[in-house]
Amino acid sequence: MLTLNVNGKSHEVDADADMPLLWALRDLLGLTGTKFGCGIAQCGVCTVLVDGVPLRACVTPVSALAGKKITTIEGLSADSSHPVQQAWLAEEVPQCGFCQSGQILTAAALLAKTPQPTDADIDQAMAPVLCRCGTYPRIRLAIQRAAKIVKESRHG
Amino acid sequence: MAERIEVSRRNFLKIGAALGGGLLVGIDAAACGRKDIAPVNNAGQQGIFAPNAWIRIGVDDSITLLVGSSEMGQGVMTAIPMLLAEELDADWAKVRAEFAPAHASYTNPIIGRQHTGGSTSVRGFWQPLREAGAATRELLIQAAAQRWNVKTAECSTEPSVVIHNASGRRLRYGELVEQAAKLAVPETAFLKEPKQFRLLGTSVPRLDTPAKLNGTAVFGQDVKVPGMLIAVVARCAVFGGKLKSVDASAAKQIKGVRHVVEIDAGVAVVADHFWAAQRGRDALKLEWNEGAAATLDSAQIRAALVAAVDSGKSARNDGDVNQAWQNAAKKIEAVYEVPYLAHACMEPMNCTAHVRKDRCEVWVPTQGQATAQHQIGRHTGLKPEAIQVHTTFLGGGFGRRSEYDFVVEAVQISKQLGVPIKVIWTREDDMQHDVYRPATYNRMTAAIDQQGTLSAWQHRIAGPSIFARVYPTGIKDGLDVTSLENAQNIPYAIPNVAVSYALVNAGVPVGFWRSVGASQNVFVTECFFDEAARAAGKDPLALRRELLKAHPRHRAVLELAAQKAGWGTPLPAGRARGIAVAESFASFVAQVAEVSIEHGVPRVHRVVCAVDCGMVVNPNIVAAQMESGIIFGLTAALKGEITLAKGRVQQSNFNDYPLLRIDEAPRIEVHIVSSTDPPGGVGEPGVPPIAPAVANALYALTGTPVRKLPIRI
Ligand code: FES
Ligand code: FES
Repeated sequence: MLTLNVNGKSHEVDADADMPLLWALRDLLGLTGTKFGCGIAQCGVCTVLVDGVPLRACVTPVSALAGKKITTIEGLSADSSHPVQQAWLAEEVPQCGFCQSGQILTAAALLAKTPQPTDADIDQAMAPVLCRCGTYPRIRLAIQRAAKIVKESRHG
Repeated sequence: MAERIEVSRRNFLKIGAALGGGLLVGIDAAACGRKDIAPVNNAGQQGIFAPNAWIRIGVDDSITLLVGSSEMGQGVMTAIPMLLAEELDADWAKVRAEFAPAHASYTNPIIGRQHTGGSTSVRGFWQPLREAGAATRELLIQAAAQRWNVKTAECSTEPSVVIHNASGRRLRYGELVEQAAKLAVPETAFLKEPKQFRLLGTSVPRLDTPAKLNGTAVFGQDVKVPGMLIAVVARCAVFGGKLKSVDASAAKQIKGVRHVVEIDAGVAVVADHFWAAQRGRDALKLEWNEGAAATLDSAQIRAALVAAVDSGKSARNDGDVNQAWQNAAKKIEAVYEVPYLAHACMEPMNCTAHVRKDRCEVWVPTQGQATAQHQIGRHTGLKPEAIQVHTTFLGGGFGRRSEYDFVVEAVQISKQLGVPIKVIWTREDDMQHDVYRPATYNRMTAAIDQQGTLSAWQHRIAGPSIFARVYPTGIKDGLDVTSLENAQNIPYAIPNVAVSYALVNAGVPVGFWRSVGASQNVFVTECFFDEAARAAGKDPLALRRELLKAHPRHRAVLELAAQKAGWGTPLPAGRARGIAVAESFASFVAQVAEVSIEHGVPRVHRVVCAVDCGMVVNPNIVAAQMESGIIFGLTAALKGEITLAKGRVQQSNFNDYPLLRIDEAPRIEVHIVSSTDPPGGVGEPGVPPIAPAVANALYALTGTPVRKLPIRI
C-alpha cells in the first residue's frame, strides 16, 4: 500500500512501486480526467501538477510521489472557476477535448509562475502538450485572457 | 412565414408522452428528408430502449435533444440541436444535448445510415431537423390555441413561450407539453425565413465545452462499468499475419492479469487494470505466420505505383490533350508524391463491451453506430434490437473511427469471458494498426500554347483504393472516386484535360482520412498549377481568377483571402506567400500562407483563410474547424509520413510520427463569406488547401517547386 495525496486528499493505493501514476489515477482511483495518449512523455495529455509543476503521469512511477501534492484536472477548482478554465470557456478552446486537461493544467502552472506571459513564454510552456484538433491559436488567446483575469482580480 | 411543409402525410413524426408528463417527439430523419411518402418503421425497437425520440420537453421547460451524430470536436453536439431549437423556437438556455443510441431513426439522410463522416451532419440534417422543429412548435401552438379557444393563426412564439397576439396571453412550453402529447401530428407547419433566425448564424456557446474543462466529459477510454476488466491485445506486426503459437505462462504470473484469450486479431491479455494488461502483453511469447505481406517495404510499393501510373483507366478526357501537347509553345512535366498517413487521433482506439446471452451493450467512441451494431450482430448472432450502442465523446475521429476493428475485439473478448471488457490500444497499436491515408504517385503534364494560355492538363494517378477495401462495388470501371476527387474535377477552364487512375493494391490497409482524396489531390493540382502559372509567366492568383470565371464561389474565396492577406504587397526579406483554393464537401476554401525558412525548415508565420460554407449554422464553430483543418493539414505537409519495412510500419509513437506543436503553429485568420446557399461541410474542407498554400509559398521563395510531402528542403 502506498499513499498518494491527490487534490488535497490522501488515498491508499494498492499499486506496485513502478506503476505509472497515470494508471493509479485512472484505474485505481477512478480519476479519468487525466488521459492516456502516448505513454512515453511525448504528448502531454497525461499532465498533472506535482507540487505545482507539470509532470507526465504516464512515466512517473507512483513510488516517486510520496509526500508530494498531486493536482489533477478534477482538483484544479471545485466549480471550473480557475481563471484558466474561465478563459478556456470564453474562448471556446476545446474541440474533441481529449488533450484539454493537459493543456489547462500546463497553462495554470505557467500563470502561477509567470502571471503575465509573453507569446514566447506561452509557446515554450505549452509546447509539451499536443493537440491533434489544432486548438493552439485559441490556447494562446485563452492564456492571455486568463492572465488578464488574474491581473484584474489582483487589482480589484 | 415562408416555406409551408407537409407533416402528417409524410409520417416522419411520432408524438408521445414522457414519463413524468413531458412531451416526446420522435423523428425519422431519413423519412423526413425524403420527398416521397413512406411509413416509419421502428416499431420493433420501441419497447426495448424507446430511443425514437429526438426531442423531449419537460414540464419544467427543459428541452433535451438527442444527437445521433458523433461529437469528435467538430461541434455537431451543438450544431444539430441548433437546427431543432431554431424552428422549435426554443430558449437556448434550456436546451441540453444527449448522445442518441444506435437506431434507424438517426440515419443521416446523405449517408443512408447512422454515421458521422464526409462532413455531412449539418448538410444531411439541415432540412429534416428544421422541419421537425417547426412541426413541434406547431404542436405547441395548437395546444395553446385549444387552451385559449382561439385560432392557431392568432398565436406566435417567442423562445419557449406561445403567445396569443391579440390578448398578450402567454404559456410556457412546459405548461403545454401534457396537452401537446395528446394531440395528433400537425398536418402542416412553417419554416422560418432566414431573417427570422434567432440562433442559426450566431455563435451560441458550444454545449460540450463545460464538460471538457473539468474532466467530466466521458471519452471511450474513461468508460467504467461494474465488473469491468481491461484488455490489451497483441496483434501481428505484419498486415494480415496470423497467430502461430502463444506461450502465456509468464504473462499469467503478473499480478493483476486474469485471463489470456485468443481472438481473431491476436491474443488478448485481460487484467484488473491497464498497467497489468500491458505488462502481461509484454510477457507473452508469440509466434506469427506473417504471411505474404512480410516482405513489403516502401520502396517496393513506390516501384509498383511508378510501374502502374501510365496504364491507368481514364476518368476524364476533354478535348485532345495529345494534340495540344504537340502544339505547345511550352511543356512542363513533374512527378508529385504523397505518403501514407496515420490518423493519430489523440485518444487511441478503444471500446468497452458487455456480451450476454441475450443482449450486448457497448460503450464506444465511434463514428459509425449503425456499422458497429451490424458487426456486433455478425459476431454474436444477436438482433439489432438486442444490441445497445452507447456513443461516448470521441477523442478525435478523422475517419479512423468509421472502422469497427476495435469494437469486434472487445465483443469477442467479452463473449468468451462473459464480463464487461474495455479494450485499450496503446499509441503504438494505434499507429501500426491503422487504415492509412493512401500514398499516391502522380505524373503531371501541362502545355502552354503560343498565346500563353494553359492549353492542356494531364494528371495520372497511381495509388491504392479505399473503396477496394470498404466498398468494392463502389468501384466503377476501375475508378475509385475517393482517389479522384479534386483531380478529376479540377475547376479551371482548360480546353484539354485528361485524368486517369491506376488502382494498385499495395497490401497496406487504407481508409478515410480527414478530407480523403482532397487531402492529396489538392496538393498535387494546386502546386502543379503554380508551376504552370510560372511557365505561362503569370501571377498564380491572376491565372486562377482568369480560369475560374465559371466558378464564382471559388473566385470569391480566393479574392477575399488574397485581399485580407495583402497579396502582392511587400513582405520582410526571406518571406513569401502562397495561395491555394479548393471545393470539398460542398464548401469553398482559399488559404494564403506566409512562409520563411528557418534553420533549413519551413516556418509558417501566418495563414489567412476564406471560407464559403453556404448558410452558416455557428460562425465560431466554422472558424474553429478552419483553424483545426489548417493545423491538421500542416502536420501532414511538414511532418507526416508512414513508411514500411519488412511488412511493418516503422513509426510507432509521437517521437517518430510527430505532430505540429504550439510553437510551430502559425497565426490564423478566418474570414467567412456570407451566403444564402445551402450549408456545406466544415469538418474537413479546411484541410486541403494548406499543404499547397505552404508549398507554393516555398516555390515563390526558392524558385524550386515542392513536389513531395512531407516537405523537406
Ligand atoms: S500519455 Fe503521458 S505524455 Fe503522452
Ligand atoms: S482538443 Fe482534440 S486533441 Fe486537443
